[in-house]
Amino acid sequence: MQETLVAPECPECDAEVSLGTDARVSEIVECPECRLELEIESVEPPRLLLAPEVEEDWGE
Amino acid sequence: MSSAAARLGVLASRVRFEEKNILTALERRGVACEQIDPRALSVRAGTPWDGPQIVLNREVGHYRALYAASALESAGVTVLNSAAATAVCGDKWQTSAALVARGLPTPETTLALTPDAALKALEELGYPAVIKPLVGSWGRLVTRVTDRAMAEAVLEHLAALPSPQSHIVYVQREVAKADRDIRVLVVGGRAVGATYRRSEDWRTNVARGAVSERCPLEADLTELAVAAADTVGACVAGVDLLEEPGGRLTVLEVNDRVEFRGLQSTYGSDLDVADTIAALLTAKAES
Repeated sequence: MQETLVAPECPECDAEVSLGTDARVSEIVECPECRLELEIESVEPPRLLLAPEVEEDWGE
Repeated sequence: MSSAAARLGVLASRVRFEEKNILTALERRGVACEQIDPRALSVRAGTPWDGPQIVLNREVGHYRALYAASALESAGVTVLNSAAATAVCGDKWQTSAALVARGLPTPETTLALTPDAALKALEELGYPAVIKPLVGSWGRLVTRVTDRAMAEAVLEHLAALPSPQSHIVYVQREVAKADRDIRVLVVGGRAVGATYRRSEDWRTNVARGAVSERCPLEADLTELAVAAADTVGACVAGVDLLEEPGGRLTVLEVNDRVEFRGLQSTYGSDLDVADTIAALLTAKAES
């Protein structure tokens, strides 16, 4: 089982969001409760932001 | 890594499967790499930049990727892919023009400079045809047009859009194809993997739910993909090919910041795409 960092709270619904030890800044994770996309703002200490909305020119 | 090796950076505002695996692959190779967030980046023209000298461009937004590459290059940084490659790959017309100039097979395409001219072009190309935004991704707003009435409606909508770029219309003859296309991943002038992408949607984008299956790296396919990547100047490229009836391959597009999650899943432990890209980056830094 993968180790996890201290779980930060979802900025939208306050649910705990477990991050793996391989978490990276700017990585996108999903809140297990409200399913919103969240961006890892900081790993140490773990901090989450609402992820930016997809823009028209995103993607390959 | 030798002490003389150039510093490496990965430019990305959104760390997805691809970026995370590339960063991890570089770490596994013992290569120091800086993660650069373009949202915090500014580059003063004519002033040396104190960041990495070699940067892999993995920015998800086309315009931010394009201008970041251009700005970094102006500061003396080597960017993979180059700003020029991103400019060509990110614009469907520029890609078509480059492929045609190189003599590579690509679907018949017309650029109409107004929606009115596009209607005439569609009548000449015949239906069904496809209207695509010049800049766009994941198959968004790509429209299959089956007759004149539908074409008139779509073009009326385009004419009503505020952006002048929307009034320049890229139209393409539809390629009668199987329910799949082929994605070939080219890294450093070599085709390293390929997948069929199948979909019930006529657009076979993985982002639209297409399913990937491994595709044999046959010579005709790899030669065409490598030539297409070379044509647009991309050293890391996802080349999309279509099989016409009879089996002839044609190049649909070349992606300069390629997403490879689907391809990686079909290869499992037989291919580490992220490490292949990391190896290319490391070699550039040491050369």
